[in-house]
Amino acid sequence: MAKRVGMEVGIAAAEAVGLCNIDVAAVYPITPQSHIAEHLSNIVADGRINAEFITVESEHSSISSLCGASATGARTYTATSSQGLMFMHELLPIVSAMRLPIVMGIANRAVSGPLSIWNDHSDIMPQRDSGWITMFAENGQEVVDMTIQSFKIAEHKDVMLPASVNIDGFQLTHMVEPIEFPTQKEVNKFLPDRKPFATLHPDKPITMGAFAMPDRFAEVMKAKDVAIVNSKKIILEVWKEWEKQFGRSYNPVETYKAKDADVLLVTMGSMGETAEIAIDELQKKGVSVGLVKIRLWRPFPTEELKAAVKGAKVLAVTDRAVSFGGVSGPVGMEVKSLFYHEKDRPLITNYIMGLGGRDVTVEDFIKMAEKAVEAEKKGITEEYEFYGVRG
Amino acid sequence: MIEIRWHGRGGQGAVTSIEMLALAAIQEGKFAQGFPSFGPERRGAPVAAFNRVDDKQIKIRSGIYKPDVVVVLDPGLIGLVNVTEGLKPDGILLVNTTKTAKELREQLGFQGKIATVDAKKIAWEELGVPITNTTMLGALLKVAPTVKMNSLKAPLEDRFGKIAKKNINALKRAYSEVKISKS
Repeated sequence: MAKRVGMEVGIAAAEAVGLCNIDVAAVYPITPQSHIAEHLSNIVADGRINAEFITVESEHSSISSLCGASATGARTYTATSSQGLMFMHELLPIVSAMRLPIVMGIANRAVSGPLSIWNDHSDIMPQRDSGWITMFAENGQEVVDMTIQSFKIAEHKDVMLPASVNIDGFQLTHMVEPIEFPTQKEVNKFLPDRKPFATLHPDKPITMGAFAMPDRFAEVMKAKDVAIVNSKKIILEVWKEWEKQFGRSYNPVETYKAKDADVLLVTMGSMGETAEIAIDELQKKGVSVGLVKIRLWRPFPTEELKAAVKGAKVLAVTDRAVSFGGVSGPVGMEVKSLFYHEKDRPLITNYIMGLGGRDVTVEDFIKMAEKAVEAEKKGITEEYEFYGVRG
Repeated sequence: MIEIRWHGRGGQGAVTSIEMLALAAIQEGKFAQGFPSFGPERRGAPVAAFNRVDDKQIKIRSGIYKPDVVVVLDPGLIGLVNVTEGLKPDGILLVNTTKTAKELREQLGFQGKIATVDAKKIAWEELGVPITNTTMLGALLKVAPTVKMNSLKAPLEDRFGKIAKKNINALKRAYSEVKISKS
């Protein structure tokens, strides 16, 4: 086992990219992603890796330039956050339609307004339907591991889709914590060179990203959906390979003391481990409660989630973004729709929490779990609740 | 698990302190977190930074509200910031000050352990600047032995290069000069 080293997670994300033999990075700095941008540019400028770091003037340009670079066959990386991701938005579906395996780190942060630099998931949720493989890290180790895994997943011949690793801003990016790094040799063994299906080259001209008449467009959309749905098989394979080589297991849905629990909390991202402590405390008191953590957001792990919550009476789904005027928060809606056809479906409560950096403590998770226990007796009275919010 | 809150002003190096302490603990094979109070920090404005150190994996990622130890880098913050907020009654308050523990106890009404050290004087004499973050790390090791002094050497050398030795001298002096008052 490699020795654990202490490192800020943002720096560690850049170090992980540095192990992945990238060709081009184009990153525009934005809080709380800045340390990833700065450190990756240091790695390139110091000659530690042989890559091009494009100092773009905006996020729109960073993703656009990577489109071009990736189309030539380069391995590419970018990172952003919040407004930066919103600024990339119009390019994101183009990247996936062109089947370009760009990997992006997202230091999740609230979207303005009002202006907030703090963490929630309101930046990634509007990108949900962009056709990107989207996964969430819970700690620094997972940020490093999933960044490396993402290149292999995205570039696989049966996937060829962009992938994002979501890293809670500040809560993860600015945390100094112990991380085990694989060696360069180990990463080289795990991650083969990219073998692109087609490349842009002046000697062999082809067209990529052309327009589509109505008789073609829908087929391209279906092809993209089929590709991302099918990508789960490859994601699972890559995670198995990772476990075999590095001993750390990754699953689309992770569970913690969830077996036979009546009530299950559902989290996504860095709050999962804090919620684990709440589960420990509640189980000590004899409350039948467990935890389910969604790691893979797109493609959504339908079978895995159904299996993970089998037998549960209530799901307390937490959301860190708002779908204004919608049925629930984004994760709440997803989970509710998944169980509609199930005969023995659980009750589903939905708590919107941790917006714009609002801290969520062990006590908060205990309260949410207790509310869910209450809902089991009284039934569901509202589709969602802004947990702990005034007014 | 021990939880520590550092109070300083932007530019006084509280974030460096939490990083050095976390790196030293992790190097010893322990588990540790070091994190700033998240937000846009301005030079001179009151800031806080945090450490958790434990022998087992640390899962909690919410803020620290009931610290075991509070370290005050800048005595001017007392009265401006409630430095004993949430500090456990049996916790430790460590202050860079020329005041006595008795004077601080009267001012703050804190009944637990109070440790004092004139870190500004030490920093002036050893470093030539009134930046007390590394000096206060030395005092912290005495009042709350979270890591071995030797474990701080590598992180400090890595961060400070040529001036690491001066910082280590300041740290050692604070370790021996800090005064602890039980109640």
